Amino acid sequence: MDIEALKYFATVLAAGLLTGVMYALVALGFVMIYKASGVFNFAQGAMVFFAALTVAGISDKFGVSLWIAVPIGVVVMIVLGFLIERIVLRPLVNQHEITLFMATIGLTFFIEGLAQLLWGSTVRTLDLGIQDVPFKWLIDRTGILISQFDLIAAGICGLLVAALALLFNKTKIGRALRAVADDHQAALTVGIPLHYVWGVVWAVAGFVALVAGLLWGSRNGVQFSLTFVALKALPVLILGGFTSVPGAIVGGLIIGATEKLAEVYIGPFVGGGIEGWFPYVLALLFLLVRPEGLFGEKIIRRI
Amino acid sequence: MIYREAGQYKTTYVSDSQIFPIAQDRYAVAALLVIAFLLIPLFATQYIFSAILTPFLILALATLGLNILTGYAGQLSLGTAAFMAVGAFGSFNFMTRVDGMPALVAFILGGICAALVGILFGLPSLRIRGFYLAASTLATQFFVLWALSKVPWFTNYSTSGVITTQKVQILGFKFDTPQSEYLLVLAIVAVMALMAKNMVRSNVGRSWMAVRDMDVAAEVIGFRIMRTKLTAFAVSSFYCGVAGALYAYCYLGTVEPEAYSLDLSFRILFMVIIGGVGSILGSFLGAGFIVLLPVALSIIVHYTGLPNSVTSNLELMVFGALIIFFLIVEPHGLARLWQIGKEKLRLWPFPH
Repeated sequence: MDIEALKYFATVLAAGLLTGVMYALVALGFVMIYKASGVFNFAQGAMVFFAALTVAGISDKFGVSLWIAVPIGVVVMIVLGFLIERIVLRPLVNQHEITLFMATIGLTFFIEGLAQLLWGSTVRTLDLGIQDVPFKWLIDRTGILISQFDLIAAGICGLLVAALALLFNKTKIGRALRAVADDHQAALTVGIPLHYVWGVVWAVAGFVALVAGLLWGSRNGVQFSLTFVALKALPVLILGGFTSVPGAIVGGLIIGATEKLAEVYIGPFVGGGIEGWFPYVLALLFLLVRPEGLFGEKIIRRI
Repeated sequence: MIYREAGQYKTTYVSDSQIFPIAQDRYAVAALLVIAFLLIPLFATQYIFSAILTPFLILALATLGLNILTGYAGQLSLGTAAFMAVGAFGSFNFMTRVDGMPALVAFILGGICAALVGILFGLPSLRIRGFYLAASTLATQFFVLWALSKVPWFTNYSTSGVITTQKVQILGFKFDTPQSEYLLVLAIVAVMALMAKNMVRSNVGRSWMAVRDMDVAAEVIGFRIMRTKLTAFAVSSFYCGVAGALYAYCYLGTVEPEAYSLDLSFRILFMVIIGGVGSILGSFLGAGFIVLLPVALSIIVHYTGLPNSVTSNLELMVFGALIIFFLIVEPHGLARLWQIGKEKLRLWPFPH
């Protein structure tokens, strides 16, 4: 393999890994909610869309800068998170998990409708002030093309994960979150306010959705197709395990990288467009070896 | 005391093992069939046939298929529309490539194609459970649709990707009016629904339920897990495949991969949940509800006189909210309401 091909490979790999980071960001919201409340939150994609559209809509309609629009977006997402917990999930406590899953699909419809009702269904642009240009320093040194935007996005993801790790491990509410994730009933017994904790989890997931929405939105434009990002996050989840934060990140990296490599190196032979299903088949094959994903908790089944 | 089985003695094995052991149920089903076959064609308009009744029956059949898999065998699937697509394209290819292929046989063969694909994609269920399985069934959805749109052989090298279906003709009779299409669909759906009703109380159905309730325990008492799960996938996909073929031939009039999107899979899953998981009757109630809801909503919203963009979003919101509402009020679905009603009828007019 000559050096040019190697450089090309490295470029594709890097682009894939960085896209994977963005997938991981969406998957992170899923994982937190699943871990803490056992709800498979299909509405995460809709929340990403809602968050991005809210911020873009506020800054467009009222002509305010992002410095004002983003904090408003954060507040809106936190309120939304608590509302979802109060109105949708609390009455459904103790129901079968399929029922909860269906409720989140209903929620998806509702949030998508609400977002477009409030802000219209036109494509909006979101300018974070980061340019999507190749990172010059790296090109000069090695000839590998990496987008500056992707690098900064990866940096933001890293910060977010670090912040979440701090929240989970060093604060009182974080300890409550982990307790609830471990065992609902035991947490209730020692006096942890379960509903409040779930509300917090949904709020945090809403915040993560906002970050993901801003990054995806400024890259692809804020439009309805943002909701499909959630579908990209599902194979990341099954690969990494539904209950593991590191799993979401590692899974995201693997899916992102293999997806791009497959599209570039296998795609032309089979007619292209394999990005849509390749991650799923990959995750599926992987599950055959390890049914609970990379870092998922091993499920012990008793009779 | 209208609905009571008191006094209905079973004196032969045949009468003891009827599909509907209670006489009132038999009369009700017979009356329903008479109404559907004879009365409705007299009164319904073209619009009602082609926009409501036919899609309702076809989607009820697909719902039935998914209900067999999810409700009876406990395997959650998000790939229903893919199996329908396989059925539709299977039938299309048999009709195109084999001269003089009877339509009914083509539908059945299409269903068998779907069943084979179902077995293939059901294999992971032997290792994977719950939501991991649900998410992996999305692989079916995306892969099958991709294959159908990328491999030109499936579409008979059509350049547009949208193919008009052949006319359905059985024994020289052409099914080309909405009314005749409705009757054809109704006949197929009625037969298959009765078959399903019978199947779920046979040893096959009972083994599905045993595996659903606890697969490890079922294995211990001697059910073969692999066979049980794969027959569930096969039968379910067969139903979905036939439904998909009917969807293409009797409703859309075209065969195209785009008609079998993930959205359709979700709608069918909704029908199962709203109707009642693990209930044949529920499949019909759920399909009726989800087919009628958007129609009713659009009529109501139409009268409010709001602009179009607002109404479509409002419809989405109301649809989502109603689904959540239903799940909160009756998580076991419409079939459960019907069951409660029957219990009440049994005692009426006495309170206990």
